[in-house]
Amino acid sequence: MSLVVFIEFADGVYKKSSLEALSMARSLAESTQQKVVAVQLNGPCDSQILGQHGAHKVLHNGSDLGAFAADSWGKALAQMCQETQAEVVIISNTYSGKSLAPRVAHELKADMASQVVSMPETSNGFRVKRSVFSGKAFAWVQLTSPIKVLALTPNSFPIQTWNESASLETTQVSASSTIQVESVQKVSGKIPLTEAEIVVSGGRGMKGPEHWGMIETLANQLGAATACSKPVSDMGWRPHSEHVGQTGITIKPNLYIAVGISGAIQHLAGVSSSKVIVAINKDPEAPFFKAADYGIVGDAFEVLPQLIEASK
Amino acid sequence: MNILVCISVVPDTTTKISFTDNDTAFQTSGVQFILNPYDELALTRGLEIAEANGGKVTVVHVGLSDSEAVIRKALSMGAEAAIRINAAPTDAQQVASELAAIAGGYDLILTGRESIDYNGGLICGLLGAALNIPSINVVTRIDYINGTWSFDRDIDGGKESVSVQGPCVASAQKDLCEPRIPNMRGIMAARTKPLTVLEPKNNASGVTYTQFELPAPKQGVKLIDPSQAAELISLLKNEAKVL
Ligand SMILES: Cc1cc2nc3c(=O)[nH]c(=O)nc-3n(C[C@H](O)[C@H](O)[C@H](O)COP(=O)(O)OP(=O)(O)OC[C@H]3O[C@@H](n4cnc5c(N)ncnc54)[C@H](O)[C@@H]3O)c2cc1C
Ligand SMILES: Nc1ncnc2c1ncn2[C@@H]1O[C@H](COP(=O)(O)O)[C@@H](O)[C@H]1O
Repeated sequence: MSLVVFIEFADGVYKKSSLEALSMARSLAESTQQKVVAVQLNGPCDSQILGQHGAHKVLHNGSDLGAFAADSWGKALAQMCQETQAEVVIISNTYSGKSLAPRVAHELKADMASQVVSMPETSNGFRVKRSVFSGKAFAWVQLTSPIKVLALTPNSFPIQTWNESASLETTQVSASSTIQVESVQKVSGKIPLTEAEIVVSGGRGMKGPEHWGMIETLANQLGAATACSKPVSDMGWRPHSEHVGQTGITIKPNLYIAVGISGAIQHLAGVSSSKVIVAINKDPEAPFFKAADYGIVGDAFEVLPQLIEASK
Repeated sequence: MNILVCISVVPDTTTKISFTDNDTAFQTSGVQFILNPYDELALTRGLEIAEANGGKVTVVHVGLSDSEAVIRKALSMGAEAAIRINAAPTDAQQVASELAAIAGGYDLILTGRESIDYNGGLICGLLGAALNIPSINVVTRIDYINGTWSFDRDIDGGKESVSVQGPCVASAQKDLCEPRIPNMRGIMAARTKPLTVLEPKNNASGVTYTQFELPAPKQGVKLIDPSQAAELISLLKNEAKVL
């Protein structure tokens, strides 16, 4: 019996969220005496890194599955889960992870939960906590099937290290997809918003796209990703991929800095799970101050230069 | 060309979330229910494609009769027919198995990226797996070109373009289109369009929601004088320990 973690390898590195999933699996395994198996379907494999982050064993697919596609990769992963008699399969709740997880769950006839935000409770059945209502609440759900599939939200479990190495086994699993990938455009050099530990975000109070240099400079200095409110992306000041909130992306960074954003309920829905929230707004009545841990009532154009200077 | 759009009914985005029965159930009283915003996009784009290619759009919803007003809204946007599967939705796996029972034979099946209440985001993949057809999630463009479905989809840290021949299921992401607003003629026409009610076939069970909780309330905001903004950085470093 084992805990399987799907390892995402992209742009030459292991995804941070996969190492988080691995760390959570290992912590869970300590109490249930199960083995943690890291399954990697593509790319070169570094079993040492995976071992350090919690894998007892690494199962590496030696045959080329081609570009990521939910159907073929889902079949391949399900097959490898069966080989290792997986009881729990943990996948990161990323775009690829979330497309893969339901396909794997279907193949394994497994109950599944997405947007899982903490380690499962196994003392009384198998229960997981997931975020619902776009981050406005949490729910505990009970999974009862023999195999369970979880999609773990990035930044939900800290990466840990173990002073151990993992055994490596290579298999040959192939599967083909009818999805043809025509082209891929990656935004290079940017921290993906969903994985970022720090996010600096601007709203309509920034007045126009020409002032985003300040947001970007602060973000760069803090190692942060940038985000924005819905009207900002609707007006084309920033790309839609940066829009956070109920109808945008839900994020869960350690630190969220909101500049010139009022704090409407739909915006807060996407960011309220952030560990620490800073609101910078010239209106002392802005609702964001009720949801924030730190606040500065002031003009963004006077506050931001000071923050940039102080974080150099 | 036949297109099926799966629609869910969710609390309005301004809803203040609360729970009843010792936090075991969502408090629905006073809540206004709407068509899931992502499903509005799926339906709008489905209609545009059907209109351009001489096709027909059917909407399907798994739910009880109280959602018929929302189903009528979908019909007033331009769908030709609606199916309601008469079961209270309890879980993505249950919903997907009911949808799969009627979803065969369509050229394209659309869902939203996620429902904004339970945010599962799973139906697209579950349905694709159950029907053994490709599933493409979070799509920001759908075109039908020379018999081939062509999509742009969000990937982690970027975008990709993919194409599929033959039936597939895709989930709508926000950039897909502007949602269509029903006009008076559409609203009148919707009254007489067929809404078929089917009984559930599979009665599959999935996960059970046992308890809800609200995020811990914030302790209150600590204000920093705007002329001393630099102090924020040291507080974040030394007090909050997030830098
Ligand atoms: C169905 C629906 C879904 C929605 N989904 C989302 C969503 O997902 N995400 C989202 O963000 N919104 C969403 N909204 C919109 C939301 O209701 C708000 O309208 C939006 O969040 C407001 O954006 P904002 O705070 O940038 O702009 P505003 O509300 O205009 O606020 C600007 C703020 O900047 C402050 N300000 C102005 N000048 C300065 C200055 N010089 N320095 C400092 N502060 C300044 C002002 O005091 C004000 O508080 C949704 C709305 C609906 C109806
Ligand atoms: N009860 C339902 N009936 C029909 N379609 C649904 C239902 N629930 C969810 N869906 C579809 O599945 C999508 C994703 O929902 P979910 O997996 O619940 O986040 C929604 O945007 C709808 O298109």
